Amino acid sequence: MNPHRALMAFAVAASLSGAALQTASAEDAPPRQTWSFAGPFGIYDQAQLQRGFKIYREVCSTCHSLKLLSFRNLADPGGPGFTEAQAATIAATFQVTDGPNDQGQMFERPGGIADYFPPPFPNDQAARAALGGKLPPDMSVLAKARGYDWGFPTFVFDAFRMYQEDGPDYLHAILIGYADPPAGFALAPGTQYNKYFPGGAIGMPKPLTDGQVEYTDGTPTTVDQYGRDVAAFLMWAAEPTLDARKRLGFQVMIFLLVFSVLLYFTKKRVWHDVLHHP
Amino acid sequence: MSGHSTYQPQSPFMQWLERRLPIASLVYSSFIAYPTPRNLNYWWTFGGILSFMLGVQIITGIVLAMHYTPHVSMAFNSVEGIMRDVNYGWLLRYLHANGASFFFVAVYVHIARGMYYGSYKEPREVLWILGVILFLLMVVTGFMGYVLPWGQMSFWAATVITNLFSALPGIGSTVVSWLWGGYAVGNPTLNRFYSLHYLLPFVIAGVVVLHVWALHMVGQNNPTGVEPKSEKDTVAFTPYATVKDGFFIAVFCIFYAWFVFYIPNYLGHSDNYIMANPGQTPTHIVPEWYYLPFYAILRAIPSKLLGVTALAGSIIVLAFLPWLDTSPVRSANYRPLYRQFLMIFFAAVIGLGYLGSQEPTGGYVIAARIFTIYYFAYFLIILPLLGLFERTKPLPNSISESVLRRGAPIGASAPAPGAKA
Repeated sequence: MNPHRALMAFAVAASLSGAALQTASAEDAPPRQTWSFAGPFGIYDQAQLQRGFKIYREVCSTCHSLKLLSFRNLADPGGPGFTEAQAATIAATFQVTDGPNDQGQMFERPGGIADYFPPPFPNDQAARAALGGKLPPDMSVLAKARGYDWGFPTFVFDAFRMYQEDGPDYLHAILIGYADPPAGFALAPGTQYNKYFPGGAIGMPKPLTDGQVEYTDGTPTTVDQYGRDVAAFLMWAAEPTLDARKRLGFQVMIFLLVFSVLLYFTKKRVWHDVLHHP
Repeated sequence: MSGHSTYQPQSPFMQWLERRLPIASLVYSSFIAYPTPRNLNYWWTFGGILSFMLGVQIITGIVLAMHYTPHVSMAFNSVEGIMRDVNYGWLLRYLHANGASFFFVAVYVHIARGMYYGSYKEPREVLWILGVILFLLMVVTGFMGYVLPWGQMSFWAATVITNLFSALPGIGSTVVSWLWGGYAVGNPTLNRFYSLHYLLPFVIAGVVVLHVWALHMVGQNNPTGVEPKSEKDTVAFTPYATVKDGFFIAVFCIFYAWFVFYIPNYLGHSDNYIMANPGQTPTHIVPEWYYLPFYAILRAIPSKLLGVTALAGSIIVLAFLPWLDTSPVRSANYRPLYRQFLMIFFAAVIGLGYLGSQEPTGGYVIAARIFTIYYFAYFLIILPLLGLFERTKPLPNSISESVLRRGAPIGASAPAPGAKA
């Protein structure tokens, strides 16, 4: 059939033009990790999200805000699995700004479950002033705002194997990527070398060392493990409805497949007379 | 064209209505009795798929608009609010964002099918031109929709594309600030893009009505390109075309659902999850994938004005296709040379798409220039000359004969449902 050959021609042309013109990025490709939430049936690992939240709370939240999340989200289905009471307890450990009160004054009070995570700095300028001119990005959608361009042909394969975890891969890579700069690499003052950061010079000092955050469930306390846990937590923060999406997706897929097969046989039946009975 | 049967209202109410507003007989003659060539293949189902996708985009879009805030300081967070706090908001947004991509997948297949089978030729010129207008409207609507989430790519795509108008000699900068509603892309720009993004789909729906009207005046083309000559060559739209379209819409939805549920951000750019920041240019500004071939044509030409002209020309030239192609034979199945040039054309467009996503340096620019030259040469040189010199294969006398020749038994055209035997 001609149309099929046409499709083949497309595919061949696409692969040729791609293969001939391969690009390579300056920084290293983030090593791909095994994520519990990858693939068509992947869902978040509650224990991992709780560990990741612990790292965010004890380490990242010193500089990075999480503006789009509220404490109630910690008790949402498909999340870290805290109870509402636990989420309220966590919220109460944060001080949030409220007001104005009856005297027209803003005031501080302990956080409630409906409050959003308070930012570590009142505004971007305050953050820059405190951190030598550098602005730590908000972490709410960071896991979807970062990625890596693998180029052809990986990007084609990724569509088929449903790989969309380049964001968490990158976040994990940054945490394990601190190293001595290669010979001849001119590092700007106030920056560190990180082989996975675009350009190589990252403003953030190495945030985690082995054993820094205590785990109570026997999980190894290595930077590698911390990186995976906090990246998983940030993926949840960026995509809190992933579990529901994959669950509904499976139901929709089953429906569409059955429906397509039924329609196919209906079509065959309807067209039978046209094609076979003179 | 005459149908297989005419509508005979049965109930007293329908007879009453028929004398006052013959809408039921219009629907009957357009979507039930309408004769459709019996040899249409699955490439002909994409018109139905496009209607379906327009419906999906309008319905999801209307609900999204209920939750979206078109303001530079709130737009990004309101989209995230839809993702987090609106019931099934994530589903609506992913259906809409990926729906745009699949709308373009379908329109590109639809256009390619029209080119392969010569569906633009006499008497279908107006049908084809309405299609080019629909494609242009889709391009504009899609571009404005991409700006609404107000991420980095939204903002910078808006800046780059609106700046193209600054190439217009003399009036360029006036036109650009008129488009922006100010001296830079800002809140007035976002507001008007939102307003137009809501308006244009309904304009598209209106032009679709004209497109379908024109189609029903001249009838569908078919893989042989030979017009139906007798009732043996056609079957009634319902049930034959409806069930075939329905089946392929369901298959298309499997691919669509694959992206929506499993890789919803695959076709997007990660930078668009960073809120728009006029003070920080992304390292690499790229449009959505469906504009990449045109973006590559723009960048292939060193002069800004000529580049913009080529960009606009690359779409406008399509409208002249019925007159640029001088061959009387429609279907590429009977035009061996044309078929090869067309396949190279398709390959060049895909090549341009790839180059549009890459940095414009060195070999990439040269390759983009070669493809761009071929793109225009195909329309302006190859097609006009090919029709004069090409030796075409003999055409079948009728659709029925071509079906018979392929080995399928010939049959009398099937009766429409409900028609008297």
